[in-house]
Amino acid sequence: MGTPAEFEMTGQTSAREAPQVVETLQPRHSALVRVTHWLITVSFLALLVTGVEILISHPRFYWGETGNVNMRPLFTLHIPSSRDTVPTGYGYVLPDQNGWSRYLHFEAAWVAVLTGLVYLAFGFFRGHFRRNLLPDRSDLSPRALATSIGNHLRFKRPGEEDAWSYNTLQRLTYLIVIFVLFPLIIWTGLALSPAFEGAFPSAVSVLGGRQSARTLHFFVTISLVLFLLIHIFMVWFAGFRRRMRAMITGRSGAAKERA
Amino acid sequence: MSKISRRKLITTGLAATAGVAGLGVAAKLARRYGLIPPDSGVLYGAGETLTYAAQRTLTRHSMAREFSPSDISKDPFANEVAPLGDAFQRLQHGAFADWRLTVDGMAARPASFSLAELGSFPRSSQITFVACEEGWSYIAEWSGVPLSHVLDRVGALSQVRYVVYRSFQPDWWESIDMVDALHPQTLLTLGMNGGELPVRFGGPLRMRVPRQLGYKSVKYITRLTLTDSLKHFGKGLGSASPEGGYAWYAGI
Repeated sequence: MGTPAEFEMTGQTSAREAPQVVETLQPRHSALVRVTHWLITVSFLALLVTGVEILISHPRFYWGETGNVNMRPLFTLHIPSSRDTVPTGYGYVLPDQNGWSRYLHFEAAWVAVLTGLVYLAFGFFRGHFRRNLLPDRSDLSPRALATSIGNHLRFKRPGEEDAWSYNTLQRLTYLIVIFVLFPLIIWTGLALSPAFEGAFPSAVSVLGGRQSARTLHFFVTISLVLFLLIHIFMVWFAGFRRRMRAMITGRSGAAKERA
Repeated sequence: MSKISRRKLITTGLAATAGVAGLGVAAKLARRYGLIPPDSGVLYGAGETLTYAAQRTLTRHSMAREFSPSDISKDPFANEVAPLGDAFQRLQHGAFADWRLTVDGMAARPASFSLAELGSFPRSSQITFVACEEGWSYIAEWSGVPLSHVLDRVGALSQVRYVVYRSFQPDWWESIDMVDALHPQTLLTLGMNGGELPVRFGGPLRMRVPRQLGYKSVKYITRLTLTDSLKHFGKGLGSASPEGGYAWYAGI
């Protein structure tokens, strides 16, 4: 990270009550990171809600090319369904929300993918990945990794340096989300498109078939939801207001008090 | 200060004008090249338009995946169908000898075909899957007459842009653009897995559009209408699907 230029928060210019502590705010997240972060947040939540709606019309999962209620599932989610053709054991059928859910799922997917492409271009060409996400080689030594993992497992409060730079586990997690989970969710999602499958059949067959792709799409979603929950917990744990302010305004207050 | 803001104002204005003009030109071009789906104006139509435009640009001539005979599902699932009524049962009783497929609209020689006549046309078969928007799927062998052959036979006019197809069930009607209508795998289906097409799978006549989801493969086809515009069909959204909240284009 470059040395952020300090500047005083405007709005504290009242001469009458000269504050004891001048709160200084320093740049933390670039505008592009913030805008893409929140666009991805909104589109991911839309994808999640609509994805669940689509899923409950057939809460059964299969492996291979085909799967339907006449076939043995790989596993079944024991939840009610929005279709009466699916045997669930529940005596009722949930309302069918697939129409708008499907429309919104694909619209949100476009927002997420286009935002992701802008973020990737920025990340590579403006050095965001290299500077902020790629861990130092020294941080990847077994001893350093063990320390970082130990700190997390013992719920050690993050130090001041963590407000200005991601720690090693955080960097690795973000890299996995950006370069493994997001590509996988897009790939397994596209594999469910009959038109895409026609154009790129091997992109579906290497996943094990259309139904395998659907099952994998579900598991990658679970991974992303787990990430989201841990991410929110960590933000809360590290100081919700300060971290949120950094991701919204781009600036973070220095914890050290200055006269 | 005022100089800078004036310059800024002018550049911003020019950029905005160029942007709006650019969007206008893009929309016009997209319309000319058939990249705007009929339901582009619905609530989430923007995403739908991007999907349709992207696929019509990149995968226009791709073929649906075909499988080997050993991949055919042993126990395919037939979605439930609303009761078809007495009129259908009478037709079924007569082995569908009186079933007609009417082809009208922008055709040089509008016609009506019996199943026997359709059966005498050059036949094509394919082993492809039916994938329902709900998530389930099965693979079957389908045989029938390519829709493009019927369009040739009735002399479809050059300005035809869509084929509207209707079912014996009045609530089911769909339409496809000419990319799919002329696609070699789009089939007026008469047979399944080596036999006749069973009623529960859409017999005696089902439209198969294998590059789109199952709901475009409408059962019990009775009529095709060739048209250059979908404005005057139903609510003008292209088919019954968008009227029921589902996307017109189901290639995803």
